[in-house]
Amino acid sequence: MAGYETHTYDVLVVGAGGAGLRAAIAAAAQGARVGLVCKSLLGKAHTVMAEGGAAAALGNVDDRDNWRVHFADTMRGGAYLNNWRMAELHAQEAPARVRELEAWGALFDRTPDGRILQRNFGGHRYPRLAHVGDRTGLEMIRTLQDHSVYEPKISVHMETTLITLLRSGNRVVGGFGYEREKGGFLLFRAKAVVLATGGIGRAFQITSNSWEYTGDGLGLAYRAGAELMDMEFVQFHPTGMIWPPSVRGLLVTEGVRGEGGILKNSEGRRFMFDNIPPLYQSHTADNPEEGWRYTQGDKNARRPPELLTRDHVARMIMREVKAGRGSPHGGVYLDIAWIKEKLPNAAAHIQRKLPSMYHQFKQLADVDITEQPMEIGPTMHYMMGGIKVDAESQMSTVPGLFAAGECAAGLHGANRLGGNSLSDLLVFGNRAGEYAARYAAAAPPLEAADADMKAQADQAAQEALAPFSRSRGEGPFQVQQALQELMQNNAGIVRTQAELETARAGIAELRRRAEHVAVDGNRGYNPGWHTALDLRNLLIVAEAVATAAVQRQESRGAHFRDDFPAKDDGQGLYNSIVARGAGGAMEFRRQPLRPMPAELQQIIEEMK
Amino acid sequence: MAQAMFRIWRGDARGGGFQDFTVQISDGMVVLDVVHQIQAEQANDLAVRWNCKAGKCGSCSAEINGHPKLMCMTRLSSLPLDRPVTVEPMRTFPLVRDLVTDVSWNYEVKKRIKPFQPRTPDAADGTWRMDQRDVDRVQEFRKCIECFLCQDVCHVLREHQLHREYIGPRFYVHTAALEMHPLDVANRLADLRGPGGLGYCNITKCCTKVCPEGIKITDNAIIPLKERVVDEFYDPVRRLFRIFRPKPQPPPAKGAPEAEPEPTRTAASSSAPR
Repeated sequence: MAGYETHTYDVLVVGAGGAGLRAAIAAAAQGARVGLVCKSLLGKAHTVMAEGGAAAALGNVDDRDNWRVHFADTMRGGAYLNNWRMAELHAQEAPARVRELEAWGALFDRTPDGRILQRNFGGHRYPRLAHVGDRTGLEMIRTLQDHSVYEPKISVHMETTLITLLRSGNRVVGGFGYEREKGGFLLFRAKAVVLATGGIGRAFQITSNSWEYTGDGLGLAYRAGAELMDMEFVQFHPTGMIWPPSVRGLLVTEGVRGEGGILKNSEGRRFMFDNIPPLYQSHTADNPEEGWRYTQGDKNARRPPELLTRDHVARMIMREVKAGRGSPHGGVYLDIAWIKEKLPNAAAHIQRKLPSMYHQFKQLADVDITEQPMEIGPTMHYMMGGIKVDAESQMSTVPGLFAAGECAAGLHGANRLGGNSLSDLLVFGNRAGEYAARYAAAAPPLEAADADMKAQADQAAQEALAPFSRSRGEGPFQVQQALQELMQNNAGIVRTQAELETARAGIAELRRRAEHVAVDGNRGYNPGWHTALDLRNLLIVAEAVATAAVQRQESRGAHFRDDFPAKDDGQGLYNSIVARGAGGAMEFRRQPLRPMPAELQQIIEEMK
Repeated sequence: MAQAMFRIWRGDARGGGFQDFTVQISDGMVVLDVVHQIQAEQANDLAVRWNCKAGKCGSCSAEINGHPKLMCMTRLSSLPLDRPVTVEPMRTFPLVRDLVTDVSWNYEVKKRIKPFQPRTPDAADGTWRMDQRDVDRVQEFRKCIECFLCQDVCHVLREHQLHREYIGPRFYVHTAALEMHPLDVANRLADLRGPGGLGYCNITKCCTKVCPEGIKITDNAIIPLKERVVDEFYDPVRRLFRIFRPKPQPPPAKGAPEAEPEPTRTAASSSAPR
């Protein structure tokens, strides 16, 4: 198209983490020509950070496990706000998706009889996580990456960022973006678009997420008219590093607790036994000895309270800190070294089971985790909410626009279980790619949409370049930091009406500031310019989080209101929806839950 | 709060030079923190490539005081701060801007390596059985985060610029992971000896020294691959067997190609793609 470097695909996939790669492979398998746009280099996406494993009811370690148990665990973890059809599909299809990775070269750890080994994780009744030490994400992304590079139908655009989606009428017909190296604009014509852009961690100050996690997919979809769902549910992982300051937020895998790690306060008390929620009492050990046996594979033992859901563990840690029983840098202690009381060669065992954690603490904090406890505290980790999608096809409320992985909503409800994100991106990445390719095959030709695309691209280009034309203005990094501080302090783990209103007012003010940021230099590989462009999406997701959180006047899953500390099934059983209204302002509505079919209801009753 | 001086390379393919920045430093900081601080406060457009800031993605490779390292894993406490700390882009790859280089050559090389090819599944349900010990042997190679520091430091690429006839340590590790994969049945030895340029590596172990994942690249990947190539192509008994074999057989799936004399190579005869 005149003026812009133009590429034409059947399916444009935005994001090349696990979900995007899996979607691209699936779309290509359907015969579609696929463009794969990724913000960084291929293979660097945030999926590499996933440590624990991929949850799939293979039943290799405990043959009592099957998709029904996995389904019930996922629904319970999500406080029953989950899209039950997604939870059902996910539990049913995850085993096949994990086995498929093995056929593509992934090497998971093994059981004694040579099958895929599975590990315990919070909220999963049986050992369920296929894993590779504590670097499962790297193994998965490399397997998908190495599988996709031989697929001639997939063209990869590395270090390319989408600025806007292009529409014709109400359907999506492509995207407009820029490549970082030279800063040139690119126009992608595509019959279908799959968003797989991950989460929103960079809206918060303390996060385990990388710089890329700026809610791009959510912002793009919202601006294209799509609905966002369950935005109040932000997961804070209970164990992030807290010292030194430069690594604050960096993830410490739940696998540490799965291998027997325990949480202690400054008085040396194992405080997690103090408060076990009623919903989980029958599944949780009531003494340390039983908990230890569980981590060592005793099928008759119940899990230790350290392996309760993440929202609960994070709040318990905050409670200890607020009560003055925290560690010197404002967290608590996570101790795996103690297992030397139980195991011979404990140090070697820890290094083999948790090699990255050993390495990370040794190198970044001078702590030897085989000898000393780790200082940890909660870190913003995952976004349960996101783009509202159809369970089967992953299509959003905008025709031609699909979403998969963390940027989509529904599977996890009010809280995600560890291990369910890696299986999520495989199952729904695959579905999104397949259905997008099918949609593209039946979609009308793009030629009729070219004039619309050109006009929208011109508009987007003009807006994108505006920060260069402002000679005197605030820097983009300052606005981003102010937003992170605002959200951390007012929309974090424990929320109140007043704080959330402060957040909303602050966001409005920051939006005005963002409109006046100025950047130096030229367009080639300019991080200042990039940050200026990210602000728009960050502000949309921050506003959506605060809006949905103000409205939910109860505590459920990851959303905890100090002013409404109890769960309220009378008014809380709904999914919150935000979308851009006709006047441009964000609009909120409650969507009642869809009634669950009797057979699924029965599974939940049986597993209680 | 203490101060330190950082001397950071700035420029693009047309040219550039070092620029000095004075920064405030605090406990536990790494070099990438300093670069971010400069970016936020002094030079918004300072180009740097990074993602995870945890040594897991392999994006922030650079040369710090002349040593190839990940910026996110290099703590200031490990550097002498009484003199300026220099930070430069990797030299082996074409410069994009400031600390960012064009590493796309690596992605092209990978496409030329024969993909994973598993044996027929072991069980009726289409799955395989593997021993943990066999898996463990390959896991070392699969830890690779593709930071390309081994490629940066390898003299065959860095000094001799043999990018066209040599794939470099990263892809010997990749090939070793495939060749030693318990399920893989493809044979990559002829490719290693020919277009892979394995003969150029003279096992100086520079790659092993810079690997942030501690992979013993030379000892565990390159040398075993060299041994396999020698066994396959230069074993005198096999050679005799090939000479006296009645007539050439069609190569079996895992068979050896016809023996060829070792081609003579000179470093000067090639040119780099940059």
